[in-house]
Amino acid sequence: MVRSLVSSFFGQIGSLTIFSWRFIRSVFFPPYEFGEVKRHLDELGSRSLPLVGTTGFIVGLILAMQTRPTLFRFGADAYLPAMVAISFVRELGPVITALIVAGRVSSGIGAELGSMRVTEQIDAMEVSGIDPFKFLVVTRVLACIILQPLLTAIVNALGLFGAYISILIESDISWTLYWDSVIRSLTFADVIPGLAKTTIFGFIIGIVGCHQGYWTTGGTVGVGKASTTAVVLSSLLIILVDMILVKITVWVWG
Amino acid sequence: MGLIEVRNVSKSFNGLPVLEDVNLVVEEGTTVVILGKSGVGKSVLLKAIIGLIEPDAGSIRIDGHEVVGMKRKDLNALRRQMGYLFQGAALYDSMSVRENLIFPLERREQLTREELEERIIRQLEMVGLEDAIDKMPAELSGGMKKRIALARALIINPRIMLYDEPTTGLDPITAREISYLIKELQHRYQPTSIAVTHDMMCARIIADKVAVLHDGVVEHEGSLDELEKVDNEIVRSFFATE
Ligand SMILES: Nc1ncnc2c1ncn2[C@@H]1O[C@H](COP(=O)(O)OP(=O)(O)OP(=O)(O)O)[C@@H](O)[C@H]1O
Ligand SMILES: [Mg+2]
Repeated sequence: MVRSLVSSFFGQIGSLTIFSWRFIRSVFFPPYEFGEVKRHLDELGSRSLPLVGTTGFIVGLILAMQTRPTLFRFGADAYLPAMVAISFVRELGPVITALIVAGRVSSGIGAELGSMRVTEQIDAMEVSGIDPFKFLVVTRVLACIILQPLLTAIVNALGLFGAYISILIESDISWTLYWDSVIRSLTFADVIPGLAKTTIFGFIIGIVGCHQGYWTTGGTVGVGKASTTAVVLSSLLIILVDMILVKITVWVWG
Repeated sequence: MGLIEVRNVSKSFNGLPVLEDVNLVVEEGTTVVILGKSGVGKSVLLKAIIGLIEPDAGSIRIDGHEVVGMKRKDLNALRRQMGYLFQGAALYDSMSVRENLIFPLERREQLTREELEERIIRQLEMVGLEDAIDKMPAELSGGMKKRIALARALIINPRIMLYDEPTTGLDPITAREISYLIKELQHRYQPTSIAVTHDMMCARIIADKVAVLHDGVVEHEGSLDELEKVDNEIVRSFFATE
């Protein structure tokens, strides 16, 4: 059982690597389907924004609520805004956003491409002399890569706003004072790696969803499987890659 | 020499042979109907001809060019002269009927908006569905989907047309209508065609020549009149359905 799980995981990773390589080879060559990329941006963005936004706000609220007593115990509650800001911008914002988008977008893409595969729509495209990989996969992955930093920025802002509300309930802190300490606490080394890794998460979300969907077999059952596998695999990869990236950033930036 | 030549083609899936040694020649401008029971590999054969499935062995030549192992670029160039009607219609379900028809057209011909629109309307009139232009595939009945798929496949004026079960799943009246529609198109544009079916009525209407596919090989070939005289159980079973 465990062995077959492990071997199927590595099998997936192997074929995913080939798929990613094909993406890299196709993305730079014409024809460019800008219209499609824009259409996916609109659709994927509006599909995930409400959920990631709400979650970001609530997590910010909870984080401030949770951290406050601890800091208070050490007489360090003045550092609360800084503490929240750094954890959110560096880690929580990017990862929460990525995991939610993985659940929503990766599965959606998997199901969409999967049903196109089993109803022969992908074959139909191929037969018309249009490269379905380019039209379906490259455009979606690009949209995910562009979308992820934008969503994360919004989630960060809403999370910090949530934290402000939570702090406001307990003590009275002015809006300007709060943002002042937030902004002063954040350095380049927090913001840039935080946002940079979101593009990698975006790539994972897009490519895993597309890979599962594109090579779906086994009819409608296969479509369901493609969609769930996409969520599981992309979430897992996001966490693994995050771990590696955190290690690297800590090593490089301190 | 035929425009389409299939020689000794075999294909198996997971060790189970589907096509064993298929030979078929289609002369330019004619229509060959392939009769065969469900599951004998009719769709597999058509997909092999257009390069969607790679045969395990054998050769498929279109206009003298070998399709098996052909480079993607050449294959695409060849496909631009070919139309394919999928068994399940395979309409793009995220696109309206108009967009479904535009899709193959706008990427191969430089046409203005008006010219595109005109071509699409002409095509939809041909299949009698000009009112469906703004509908989504999910809003169409099975028969309507088939007809839109037919319009989409033919909008590029293909030199070669492959039909996978153009009439299956339709009521006899619509099936007859579609068969006559195909016949009319064959008459008007004279594409070289292969149609796969187990519908004898359709075969009678559109076929110049018939080939019976059974157990992985083409058992018999000839005109319908010739086939009717053949003393073979498989062949006779098709006529028995009439
Ligand atoms: N991609 C595939 N993978 C595995 N097996 C396949 C695949 N495509 C077809 N087959 C098998 O090949 C055989 C022939 O399939 P095919 O779809 O060509 O039948 P058909 O003659 O078109 O039947 P029908 O009239 O029902 O459409 C079937 O047994 C099917 O299971
Ligand atoms: Mg079939």
